[in-house]
Amino acid sequence: MDNTIAECALRIAEYKNYFKGTMISTKYQAPNHKQISHPPHPSPLPSGERDGVRGRWALAFGIYLIFGIWKLGLLLFLMVISMTMGCQRSKAGITVAGSTSVEPFAELLAEEYMHLHPRSHIYVQGGGSSAGIQAVRSGAAQIGMSSRSLIGREKSLYAVLIARDAIAIIVHPKNPVIDLPLVKVREVFTGRIKNWKELGGADRTITLVTREEGSGTREAFQKLVMGKEEIALEALVQDSNGAIRQVVAGDPNAIGYISLGLVNEKVRALKISGVVPDFENIKNGRYHLVRPFLFVFTGEPSGEAKSFLDFVMSPEAQKLLTREGLVPALSKSSGG
Amino acid sequence: MTVEFKEKFIEKILLLIAFSSISILALIAFFIFGEGLPLIWKIGPKTFLLGGRWVPGQGEFGILPMIIGSFWVTFGALLLGLPLGLACAIFLCEWTPPWAGMILRSAIQVLAGIPSVIYGFWGLVVLVPLVRNYLGGPGLSILSGSLILSIMILPTIISISEDSLKALPPSYKAGALALGATHWETIWRVLVPAARSGIVASIILGMGRALGETMAMIMILGNAVKMPSSFLDSARTLTTNIGIEMGYATGDHRQALFATGVILFLIIMFLNTLAIVLSRRRVG
Repeated sequence: MDNTIAECALRIAEYKNYFKGTMISTKYQAPNHKQISHPPHPSPLPSGERDGVRGRWALAFGIYLIFGIWKLGLLLFLMVISMTMGCQRSKAGITVAGSTSVEPFAELLAEEYMHLHPRSHIYVQGGGSSAGIQAVRSGAAQIGMSSRSLIGREKSLYAVLIARDAIAIIVHPKNPVIDLPLVKVREVFTGRIKNWKELGGADRTITLVTREEGSGTREAFQKLVMGKEEIALEALVQDSNGAIRQVVAGDPNAIGYISLGLVNEKVRALKISGVVPDFENIKNGRYHLVRPFLFVFTGEPSGEAKSFLDFVMSPEAQKLLTREGLVPALSKSSGG
Repeated sequence: MTVEFKEKFIEKILLLIAFSSISILALIAFFIFGEGLPLIWKIGPKTFLLGGRWVPGQGEFGILPMIIGSFWVTFGALLLGLPLGLACAIFLCEWTPPWAGMILRSAIQVLAGIPSVIYGFWGLVVLVPLVRNYLGGPGLSILSGSLILSIMILPTIISISEDSLKALPPSYKAGALALGATHWETIWRVLVPAARSGIVASIILGMGRALGETMAMIMILGNAVKMPSSFLDSARTLTTNIGIEMGYATGDHRQALFATGVILFLIIMFLNTLAIVLSRRRVG
């Protein structure tokens, strides 16, 4: 009974404070079992003097907070301004944007180029082939990267083939199937062939792995392999070449497609109608699953953009791309 | 300056700061709805919500498989996570000695702090092969996703359930014990029903967490855009649909992803409102 009265007294004291609108120093603790025997002792009410001191501190803190944030904002703003102006003044910058398949190679080339020309700066951005071409049209980028041929209205733009990339159909290394005709690959990806048994493999359901809608690699695969047919909806969707490789490397029943340059020992690239996807066969045109890597300009390139393009087309840069698994543009049968 | 004036001044400033954070929410909502709604009107809410095919390349935007996928995964996560979480909350509240409680609680906090990409990676490397080898299918499946999610929602369920159990007046327990009920009977027949509203709120908040999870789900679910027919099938949730495709989406496709966000936003808002209403309606 005593406990309850003590509690009530405490609460009333608290509420009084609250309604007076003054600071509360009373800390009400929820009663627990241990405190029941010792009724909590109500803290003294805050005196007016202490209250004033606290208020002043809080005010000072509030002002500090507001002005602090304001000043920080100003500082950041100035920093951004000075940085952008500094960049514009000291370095001639061009932006290269587009296909995420071309992006890593473009980054490599840009790095090399900036090494040779310390005064220039090249910004490489992703976003996809269509977005890159759009960016060139709108002037947001000087060079667009595309991993597909130009279509429709885009043909009015100026495109330069910088390299070619092959798409490899990959399976688990333990999969007994090593060779498939292109028609069979299509049948598999439409979902009409569902079991490896039908292709001379084990009696296992095929796990299809594809890229997400909008990806340049998927677009190229759609065009080169599927034609007008649709990739089965039950296919697993992964959002990068690496993720597809990871899934196929882990699943003995999986089949997927990635850039040939990214095939490693954990997966195996299928022969297509007996043709091994390698450098020779791409160069002599026997392996057909090849897509162009293009640089796109609004017109004849000039200035910094031209200088970068010249570098990309130079034998050294092309050699660099070859080392990364691409087929150089300079070799014969260039088209696309 | 009087004390009252200063108090008012500070109060107003804090009010302003508090509202500025809410205004960000309003801004986000405004933007998502502004981007997403036009597409929903264009293709019709019914086609959008009940369409079974998602083929952006051909202008087909039906998100029913994603809605179904989201609910399968969430339901699975609750099915696994709820008994575990509730049992853990009861144990923490009723039986745990103080030292064990401290260890358990900090462990649960660590669980809540692990980034979802780590959960996803662990699931991909450990769980997915297990499911594939022992149960069949591609492994990247609703079952794997639910298992991971059930662990991810545990901290939410445990901490809120435990709080609501602790908030019960001690007289409930004392009364039940005095009437001759055993400890377990007291818990199961008196304490848990009395804390019902809080426990339900914890379930709903856990559901919200499960519905909103993206990164781990992208890695584990396989993201196929097909109506799932079993727990071993791959699925795509509303969040992963946005996460996986936003990189390249332009035009209608981009708007369709925002429209997916609109639906997700509405579902989450509904769940959170439900949780608030239910937790306000305390028993006792």
